[in-house]
Amino acid sequence: MKSIVIAKSNSRAKWRSYSSLATITSLSLALGIAGIVLCTGLLLSTSALAQDTESVDSTAIDSNGSVLEEVPSPASNVFAEDTPNDKGKSATVTWDLSPEDTIGGIVDGYLILRSESPSGPFVDTVGNVTIGKTEALDNNATDGVEYFYRVDMYRSEVAVDGSKLLVGSPSTVWGPITTSPQWFHGKRGIMLFIFLIVAFSILQFISQAQSGKSKIWMVNILFIILLGYLYSWVIAVIVAITLALFIKDFFSTEEIFLRKIGGIEAVEEAIGRATEMGKKIFFIPGIQDMNDVQTIAGMAILGRIAAVAAEYETWLEVPVSKSMVMVTARETMKEAYSRVGRPEMYQEAQVHFVTEDQFGYAAALDGMFVREKPATIFFMGAFFAESLILAETGNEVGAIQIAGTAMPSQLPFFVAACDYTLLGEELFAASAYLSREPRQLGSLKGQDVGKALFLVAMMIGLVIVLAGEVVKVPDWLYLAQYFSID
Amino acid sequence: MKREIPLLITSIAGIVFAVSFFIPHWPFGDAENIFGDWMSVVSAFAIWLGMFNLAEVSLRKVIRKSEGWNYALIVIGSMLLMLVIGFSSVYHAINTDTPHMDPGTGLKWMYDYVFSPLSATMFAMLAFFVASASYRAFRARSLEATLLLVTAFFVMVGRVPLLDPILVWAGITDFAFFSAVADWIMTYPNAAGQRAIMIGIALGITSSSLRIILGIERSHIGGDA
Repeated sequence: MKSIVIAKSNSRAKWRSYSSLATITSLSLALGIAGIVLCTGLLLSTSALAQDTESVDSTAIDSNGSVLEEVPSPASNVFAEDTPNDKGKSATVTWDLSPEDTIGGIVDGYLILRSESPSGPFVDTVGNVTIGKTEALDNNATDGVEYFYRVDMYRSEVAVDGSKLLVGSPSTVWGPITTSPQWFHGKRGIMLFIFLIVAFSILQFISQAQSGKSKIWMVNILFIILLGYLYSWVIAVIVAITLALFIKDFFSTEEIFLRKIGGIEAVEEAIGRATEMGKKIFFIPGIQDMNDVQTIAGMAILGRIAAVAAEYETWLEVPVSKSMVMVTARETMKEAYSRVGRPEMYQEAQVHFVTEDQFGYAAALDGMFVREKPATIFFMGAFFAESLILAETGNEVGAIQIAGTAMPSQLPFFVAACDYTLLGEELFAASAYLSREPRQLGSLKGQDVGKALFLVAMMIGLVIVLAGEVVKVPDWLYLAQYFSID
Repeated sequence: MKREIPLLITSIAGIVFAVSFFIPHWPFGDAENIFGDWMSVVSAFAIWLGMFNLAEVSLRKVIRKSEGWNYALIVIGSMLLMLVIGFSSVYHAINTDTPHMDPGTGLKWMYDYVFSPLSATMFAMLAFFVASASYRAFRARSLEATLLLVTAFFVMVGRVPLLDPILVWAGITDFAFFSAVADWIMTYPNAAGQRAIMIGIALGITSSSLRIILGIERSHIGGDA
């Protein structure tokens, strides 16, 4: 059913360029259509359109003084479904664009209307999107209730009553649908699979480090998960051979070898330097709160550094930007000092709050660096734009600087300005590395195995894709899907 | 018990968060919001801890006339001034039923004419720090540093619309050569490096989280392991 359309008043200027005959013809046609559409609109105002809270009838059209030009087709193929992989109370509505959906055209957007009956009234406007969009979410649904959806089009000008100015005819109605929460996020299956592989390899090495011998049953579980997920004997054979040839030997290694990480190896040397120079050490835990895993990693490293500093009887100062980090850092240092038998050396003033503001914090620390000229500065945690301001100032006062962060955008700054930098994962490995505790070292080994598995998977996926390009065998690339993450 | 209870809470919270990533159904789907709300509430109260600590440290410096005590005096003065202006603005806002940061309020004035310029000044200093750090990093002392220098040259020149128009004007190339090279460097070698780091970080977080959830890593709560 076609309905009402309004043209802008200023479109008259455009029409002047038409020939007079064409103009008269067009106006006649437009007025003719207008008459038909206005009558239809008046009839509709007593039914569907009148039921919409934001719909507008012919009154709006007259008051706006617009001229009828053409009738837009409604949005087609309207479809609604329960939003997948969510916690319920949400429906996703999709549609195909109206042919009149063009920039500067007669349609400015779509209204998504909801009803509990297919015949209406469609009184609930649950979504409002601009042109070009073909999807909207209704996040106010009630689980278990049947809903019907309709998509109408509107102009940005409002009607005299302040509501949306609807144009064109309503779309077809889709329904009924009901919403419900899901028990598993379907798109995160591959993530769960990766998580389980990495977690199993880490747990395997922790277990091995704890008991001193290999437990192959964990490897078998890993293998079964792989087989179960991939459903492919080709891949399973590859994995089985890999496990038999390499992983078994890997697991049977009694002593855990860890590659040297320069930044961590230099920690003791840096603290020793401060001791020799009789100057203080600064530890900066970043500007994030305790709910950031980088700050937690920073606190774990602080515990190790504080223990060494206590043994060397060197003043360690921790200016923080979050109150909860201050409390945690105090507890961490207090325990570290007690652990090495120097509880009397610890003072609460060593950990103090500065400000929560990013650049205020940077300014305060720069002032401390310049005035107190520390021998050593540690930056361990989450940093943003203040990273280079701090590290450069530390560099200028001649401090030995060791930084660690998992913010990729800040790593280049630390690399340029610090003596040593822990890149990403090394920040998380540092505490375990410094502890030298077998179970913690075992977790690092497991982490490396996870990395190796990633590398192998990526290489196989790469070879498959490249080979597919060369041999041009149909369906060859189906193998590659096992190695891709959506 | 002093260690066991925090460990237990940490383990439960860690497991709930890990599970909620894969199970959107209630109660796991709401866990992040619930914990986030708790975090906000605790943080709001904890700010007083920090403020009192700052006042205490600064006062001690002033009383003892220790090094930099004059800066501490400025800190105390600024803090008191902001407190007075802040509370008076809020009091006025409550009485007049208007937002406390409306134009014309003291708080808004302090924010616009003191806080924002100071923050902008610190941020602006970053440009000079970048220049000095770049100078040091780009000195061609080794093969790696030379590669860095060459790469940085192409990226910088490609990002500044200066040489490309000259090349095109001189007829040497008919397209934005340096811009294309910079785009290629950013899209392929740079993205590959960033992704490698991101994969490592994800594995590191997994490993670190498992250690914390299992209670193996306890140094952040004062454990001996």
